[in-house]
Amino acid sequence: MKRFKAFFKVIRKNKQAFIGMLILIMFFLMATVGPEIIPEEITTNYEQRLQAPSLEHPFGTDYAGRDTFSQFVHGSRNVLLVAFITAVLTIVVAFLVGTISGISGGILDDILMGITGIMLTVPSFPIMMVLSMIIRIDNPFLFGVVLSLWSWAGLARSIRAQILSLKHRDFVEASRCLGMGLFHIIFKEMFPNMVSYILINFISIMKGAITASVGLMVLGLVPFSAQHWGMMINLATSTTGAMYGSTALIYFLVPVFGIMLFQMGCLFFANGLDDALNPKLSS
Amino acid sequence: MMKIVEVWVKKLAILVATILFATSITFFVIRLMPGDPVDTMAMSLITNEGLDYNQAYEKAKALLNYDPDKSFGEQYMSYLKDLSKLELGESMSSKQPVIKVIAGALPWTLFILTISVTIAFVLGVLIGMYIAWNRNTLIDPIVSVYASISGSLPDYIVGLLLVVLFSTKLRWFPSRGAYSSQVTPGFNFLFIKDVLYHSFLPMLTYVITGLGSWALFMKGSAVSVLSEDYIMAARARGLSEKRIRKTYVGRNAILPLITSLAISFGALFGGSPLIENLFAYPGVGFYLNRAIAARDYSLMQGMFLMITIAVVLANLAADFCNILLDPRIKDKA
Repeated sequence: MKRFKAFFKVIRKNKQAFIGMLILIMFFLMATVGPEIIPEEITTNYEQRLQAPSLEHPFGTDYAGRDTFSQFVHGSRNVLLVAFITAVLTIVVAFLVGTISGISGGILDDILMGITGIMLTVPSFPIMMVLSMIIRIDNPFLFGVVLSLWSWAGLARSIRAQILSLKHRDFVEASRCLGMGLFHIIFKEMFPNMVSYILINFISIMKGAITASVGLMVLGLVPFSAQHWGMMINLATSTTGAMYGSTALIYFLVPVFGIMLFQMGCLFFANGLDDALNPKLSS
Repeated sequence: MMKIVEVWVKKLAILVATILFATSITFFVIRLMPGDPVDTMAMSLITNEGLDYNQAYEKAKALLNYDPDKSFGEQYMSYLKDLSKLELGESMSSKQPVIKVIAGALPWTLFILTISVTIAFVLGVLIGMYIAWNRNTLIDPIVSVYASISGSLPDYIVGLLLVVLFSTKLRWFPSRGAYSSQVTPGFNFLFIKDVLYHSFLPMLTYVITGLGSWALFMKGSAVSVLSEDYIMAARARGLSEKRIRKTYVGRNAILPLITSLAISFGALFGGSPLIENLFAYPGVGFYLNRAIAARDYSLMQGMFLMITIAVVLANLAADFCNILLDPRIKDKA
């Protein structure tokens, strides 16, 4: 709890991190509470297609006359869910690989880091494109798995570096002398020193996951039936020709604006936190 | 000296492993497909080309480079043997040799990327130098805000917005293809003009998204160089500001950026499917996307291999520059 309070103090002081946090909280509320308040509109109504914003439809309507605002709110849940699952899985894998590699050393370290090196070099987006061909991605969890498969390597490498630098610090040596178990040393002694770093990465991974997931959807490689901003962009460009006519433009710009704002929130929060926690950089 | 050799041998091993891995991906993708892909393909060959079943089955086996009757290890060995001879097979959708498709696509991707990355880098470095020198002007926060906005927008979204603005609304630039059908490809003025005209929007997309981060990177690097002792020593010696700025700060501050330049080139190569698909630009990424959509395995395999090789080479160049430019790494290694 004390740590939590100190954390918020840091964030409040850093304007960038604070704004970023507010944006992220807003999106979080939209994704969790939003769909409960705003009714989902699935019935098509072709008489009202591609309408301009009005009181009834604040963001206008789509090519089938459905309310864009409702789709935007309901879509946010899947966008955030995919990004969140990706970030959790990525962090878990990166932490496991990095810790095992850093603690064990020797041949195991060489092998794990060799694999990590390959993962880092193989271009991740084309591989996700190829994978999306054999895996029918139709739910957020599977989507998260595919996205996290290729995003853990960089983080694993830096977690290993952190473990290596922590390994011979006094407090770790001390607990080792006291006969504490390895589990205790990793989770109680080393982990708290990496929490802020991992949090920053969590946010950056979410940002990257949204870029990649929306990208795959825009290319039409993910047959995702539920609502998602990427799907909205895909439909806006493929079925309504939003790029070629002005009436559908608002339907196309709404998810684009959503992605931009969310990404900005992630960027501000991660950068601000980074500045606040690394006094060396901000001075 | 022994150490350096060891480091490079290690790097080379990872390089070979990476390329091997990338080529094997498609090998496994075909085998992980539900059902018998050879049979599926033979069926479509029968309907599309009017072959009889045995002929179609043989052709499908050749195209997929996959014989279900052979053992797994045997298949893999023959697959690698073909690859080593650069036999990438024939594209299933266009009936052209894959190597020919690559030869046609690669120059477009290289053309767009080298020019736009260079423009973004040079402009970014100049702006970064300027704001490092003029810290308390209005430009500094403007660049920071610009960098955070452009850093939050995925490049394909920027591309989409540019198409809406410049092709649909203003009709200034074409949004599709590499050149119009009226001009004859070759070394003539009309063709070159047309190619540049068509490449404007995709290049602008890369420049807009890359510029901000280069400027910030350069500013950060230049500011940290400015606090070094040798700058103070140069000032104490009474050297002109211009000389300090150019030879002392500029040259040293740009070093860490060179490595990132190579890596970012590789990363953009990997992200090319999105931009090239958006502009229907006939580069490597465009064909990769088309191959995946058409389930054209041999073409997919060739394009994927090409992108991987480009990324691997870019990384290698980055490592090389790093060692070349910073002698401390050589000593440490």
